[in-house]
Amino acid sequence: MGIIIIFSTIITYVIGSHYIDNPQIVVLITLFLAIFLFIIAFTVTQSFDKLAETNRLKSEFVSVVSHQLRAPLSNLAWAIEILMSGRIGLIEEQQVEYFKILKENSGRMKELVNNLLTVSRIEQGTLPLKKEEFFLEDVIKNLISVFTPFAKASNVEIKFENSGSLPKIYNDPSQVRLVIENLLDNAIRYIKEKGVISIKLKQKNNDIYFEIKDNGVGIPQNDQKYIFQKFFRSENILKYQTQGSGLGLYIVKSIIKKAGGKIGFQSEEGKGSTFWLTLPIKS
Amino acid sequence: MKTILFIEDESALQKTFGDLLKQEGYEMISALDGEIGLGLAKSKKPNLILLDLILPKASGFEVLEKLKKDGATKEIPVIVLTNLEAMEDIEKALILGATTYLVKASYSLEEVLEKVKKTLGDL
Repeated sequence: MGIIIIFSTIITYVIGSHYIDNPQIVVLITLFLAIFLFIIAFTVTQSFDKLAETNRLKSEFVSVVSHQLRAPLSNLAWAIEILMSGRIGLIEEQQVEYFKILKENSGRMKELVNNLLTVSRIEQGTLPLKKEEFFLEDVIKNLISVFTPFAKASNVEIKFENSGSLPKIYNDPSQVRLVIENLLDNAIRYIKEKGVISIKLKQKNNDIYFEIKDNGVGIPQNDQKYIFQKFFRSENILKYQTQGSGLGLYIVKSIIKKAGGKIGFQSEEGKGSTFWLTLPIKS
Repeated sequence: MKTILFIEDESALQKTFGDLLKQEGYEMISALDGEIGLGLAKSKKPNLILLDLILPKASGFEVLEKLKKDGATKEIPVIVLTNLEAMEDIEKALILGATTYLVKASYSLEEVLEKVKKTLGDL
């Protein structure tokens, strides 16, 4: 901004001197222009500062509120757990469904709060990345076994193709797990009838390449450019499922970026989506 | 009977853990703030301490530090049970002498119970 002001002032003086004979008038015009440009620069800078401060406060607010919400949510989850365990008395058959509703919804709130906290940390640049060596294949196999009951209940088959003998990667296993978990969860949820999810894992030069393909509802062409934005959910998804915060893919992309990888996708509405990502083998 | 001192200001959790630990054959002693917790640790000499970090009067970190500096209580294993999950909090607690650090939101009740039993040598 300062350079623009100086440059404009000099140009004005030079042009003014060329066309106006009276040097005092030239100086006055140049001075007025400089003052005018300083006022604009000051206003613009103030606006940016206010915007940055508002964003910081908003992020801090989300962090504080989410953290405060965690305490009652933990209390709720454990109270429901002990009630459903039968440890302090059997629950009536009619009550079981209601306890399941309580458990499921407290789980949804917990997931939302966790996502909000993660987003807040991403925005504040405080998302921790604790790196160590591990096999990505092991994380994927574990997640597939965890998700198999959900997949079976949704009439979805999960296939895993691994090119074998892949090297370890050096990264944060819990964050990478969160990424794969999000992608696998989305893939299962957005298959509406009988479906197949194909997962591939191979080495590509100095990276490990991961791909997850589904034959689900796909992403409409017009929505594709927004898919990694916070709180965005495609219209066609909202038709089928109102649950979901729209934070998952934003978190996924942020983690992959921080982990030194890349992420992308291809999708066609009504046919399905393929999400891929790469992670460096060494940091 | 083994005793467990639970230093936690949330009465709902005191109730839940009270019922759970009693079922499992343990005696639970409640402390709703850090100062009471320290006093009870010295007087009752429990077999294990479950310690929250956000507490009134004395923070969990202060309590932990004092417990580990006091000859009467330094050998009592301490499991930190909190919703704080920043790396610096975890590292600080472990350096101060916590045996285990559990983030409440990441564990089921049964999982916490398992950790308690393992620490007490009952598993």
